[in-house]
Amino acid sequence: MRYLPHTREDIESMLKVSGLSSLDDLFNCIPDDLKTKQKMDIPQALSEWELDTHMEELASLNAANKNCKYFIGAGSYDHYIPAIIPYLISRSEFMTAYTPYQPEVSQGTLQGIYEFQTMVTQLLGMDVATASHYDCGTALAEACLIALRKHRTSNKIAVSSLIHPHHRQIMQTYLGPAGYEIVEIPYTDKGVTDIKALEKMDDIAGIAVQSPNFFGNVEDLASFKTVAADKKILFITSFTEALAYGLLKNPGSFGADLVAGEGQSLGIAKSFGGPGLGLLAGSKKQMRNLPGRFVGKTLDSNSDKGYVLTLATREQHIRREKASSNICSNNGLNAMTAAIYLATTGKIGIREIAQQNHDKAFYLKTGLEKAGFKPAFNSPFFNEFVVKVPDSFKAKKESLINDKNIFAGIDLESFYPELKNHYLFCATETISKLDIDQLVKEVQ
Amino acid sequence: MENQPGTKGLVFNEPEIWDKSCNGRCAMSLPKADVKRAQLDKTLVGDAPELPQLSELDVVRHYTRLSQWNFGVDSGMYPLGSCTMKYNPKTNEVQASRKGFASAHPFTENSYSQGSLKLMYDLEQYLKEITGFHAVTLQPAAGAHGELAGMLMIHKYHAKNGRQRSKIIIPDTAHGTNPASASLCGYESVNIKSGKNGILEPEDVKAVMDEDTAGIMVTNPNTLGLFESNIKKIADIVHAKGGLVYGDGANMNAIMGIVKPGEIGIDVLHLNLHKTFSTPHGGGGPGSGPVAVVKKLEPFLPVPRVIKNKDSYEFLTDCPDTIGRLHTFYGHFGVLIKAFSYILSMGAKGLTNASKLAVLNANYIKESLKETLNLPYDLPCMHECVFNDAIQKEHHITTMDMAKRLLDYGFHPPTVYFPLVVEGAFMVEPTETESKEDIDQFIDAVKAIAKEARTDPETLRRAPFLTKVTRLDEVAAARKPCLCG
Repeated sequence: MRYLPHTREDIESMLKVSGLSSLDDLFNCIPDDLKTKQKMDIPQALSEWELDTHMEELASLNAANKNCKYFIGAGSYDHYIPAIIPYLISRSEFMTAYTPYQPEVSQGTLQGIYEFQTMVTQLLGMDVATASHYDCGTALAEACLIALRKHRTSNKIAVSSLIHPHHRQIMQTYLGPAGYEIVEIPYTDKGVTDIKALEKMDDIAGIAVQSPNFFGNVEDLASFKTVAADKKILFITSFTEALAYGLLKNPGSFGADLVAGEGQSLGIAKSFGGPGLGLLAGSKKQMRNLPGRFVGKTLDSNSDKGYVLTLATREQHIRREKASSNICSNNGLNAMTAAIYLATTGKIGIREIAQQNHDKAFYLKTGLEKAGFKPAFNSPFFNEFVVKVPDSFKAKKESLINDKNIFAGIDLESFYPELKNHYLFCATETISKLDIDQLVKEVQ
Repeated sequence: MENQPGTKGLVFNEPEIWDKSCNGRCAMSLPKADVKRAQLDKTLVGDAPELPQLSELDVVRHYTRLSQWNFGVDSGMYPLGSCTMKYNPKTNEVQASRKGFASAHPFTENSYSQGSLKLMYDLEQYLKEITGFHAVTLQPAAGAHGELAGMLMIHKYHAKNGRQRSKIIIPDTAHGTNPASASLCGYESVNIKSGKNGILEPEDVKAVMDEDTAGIMVTNPNTLGLFESNIKKIADIVHAKGGLVYGDGANMNAIMGIVKPGEIGIDVLHLNLHKTFSTPHGGGGPGSGPVAVVKKLEPFLPVPRVIKNKDSYEFLTDCPDTIGRLHTFYGHFGVLIKAFSYILSMGAKGLTNASKLAVLNANYIKESLKETLNLPYDLPCMHECVFNDAIQKEHHITTMDMAKRLLDYGFHPPTVYFPLVVEGAFMVEPTETESKEDIDQFIDAVKAIAKEARTDPETLRRAPFLTKVTRLDEVAAARKPCLCG
């Protein structure tokens, strides 16, 4: 096996040093009755080219193996990934390094993540950002735990029903066993969170609202902040499409206390939903409540600038059971990927790409309406929106995938049973005018 | 330092990225605007985020220079105890980047995702074979996330049985994340000490195990690199009181093909694909932490689950007793592809050999260095061995000093000051992919440093000398946090 370097002579001479005569002797310390009598039923080892063949066969069983057009998002977006991003992130010094516990030989990761934290605070208008989380759903669950732990009396958190349904499920998984309760805020016929319903809710520890929300609509974050401030509770926002903040006013400008987001759009492949990138940011006041790692700037013994992991007392190494979270490994390499993406687009590029996302989605919505689809909600949106389709669309949608490699819309009924025949559409910069015109012609 | 890999090369300086910014530059090839501009309501639009403005070469050079300040497995030996820094095969990266996988959207229906589903299903089968359990979930995103999944299942199991419990037993050799995972379920940790041979004694478990205790969290092999040979007796004690045994499988690399944890009394076990199954650590993730369970815990696994129906595969979400969802989609699929490729490349025989050679390498280092460094537990070890600085203390040299000096010799230091049961711990895990020559070089480096501790302790205390920066002021970093520029 090419990954195992030992020759027979190596093994013999190394065993001799331990006074053993066979490799099996190495396991004499394990009682015989604990050793397995069962073989591992795993296929025989494949050569590299056999592996290539097998994996290509598997990959080709996915529709994604063809040149597909994605008019779907809902938490995973098709964006253009510039060639330099996979090229740079594949450098083995980034990819094969461990968590930077030895800062003297990890300055690349550390400065890169420090720059990532900085660019995330710029994107979101927040004071601090962590070195990453698994995904938006887990980051949001942790943000809610902060609000709940801080509140003296309430064990309830108000959560918009237009937060990604899967994120709400994760919150339930995280919050339930600790005895916390989620109260859902309904949505209005405009497809936004019902602030009037929220105002009436008493005894809550925090408010969580996603913007753009699951329907793609932009929420009025300023008003939610006012309610949170009145109730003296934390205001948490989330998002699944990071590029929206290349165009929209950022959550920090509305006074969000905590922001959880998905960074997959920032140069990371869809990869069947993971690994993505959990973003978690906060106001200065929340710095010591945030879970996960931070990189900070400091000086070395020669007074040269350098970077280290810092504020570790919040983590599990020191206080163990009193840690604010159990997170250890995060999604570091994807944070670095996002940093490279943000440096690549820069201030000019991110605005232009974000604007184009909106332009294409607007053009798509207009076209679908002309084709007879009804707009479901009349609210400003970024690159996703909901339309009501005719009954015949379900069959058409299948044939579009099978015949044209077009994924057109996500059926919302399984998430919102009241929304029969409502589909969530998305258009990004990877979709051309021609693609949209073709889709509109197909569904006419 | 003759014949050692550490040397001084040309190291570039590189400013923080915004210091290279120049208004008007953009490294992105922007798509042509082929549809009309759609203006959002002005009250919704913000200023463009203040990101750096650079050319493509600016970006490439910045990150290339940064990367050169890093140490990785591809640069040199990384004997980091409990982290299993083995070689990360390059073919795994090729497989994960295949278009059919990398472009797959998570909301494409089952019938258009058969490749992904089959891969996940088959990987679950292989992990069952390796661990001896009844069912597996691939959803947890990292080892600690897997731990949380396991603890949530234990919590749900007790709830389902009608009486929740309040405590969990955690030995002093446990990973730091264990108590934190337990407290997320509201369990109070009951700490017990390992016996004088570095392993748990059944009597100590018996003394604290009661019907208010949910179970025990055991790492086997433990973080001293020793096999918990009383595990079966301990499991019997815990089971007799209605508790469950959680196994931390971070150290699975020692026992593949030798011991199946599912056969020795463990009820739930997490694996770290980024340790045992060769996927890269990426400077701190993304990892993957699948969890394997015995039959009685299967109903509690997170959703969605992958099932096989005749010749096709689908996601199953209708599981009434599930702990729920743990990840927005199906876990770190991209990481799963790499671990799957590794298992297929190794086969059963290759995996068993990997464990044998990992244990051989660790024992070889233990025997070769036990005159040089103090060895608190002089017993046959598994995949790692734990020394400390007791001998060097005489010269006021600490584990940290030796660790930092190893950097000058071209090696990543071992894990230091962990496990907590050994004062000044110096925990070495070579893994199976290091050759005898590289290990001999490491042994020579440690011996040379031990000599320096006697002859030139002053120099040793200021090490390292060849790295981009010297020892950093971590106290100042924490006292006055500067977390963004």
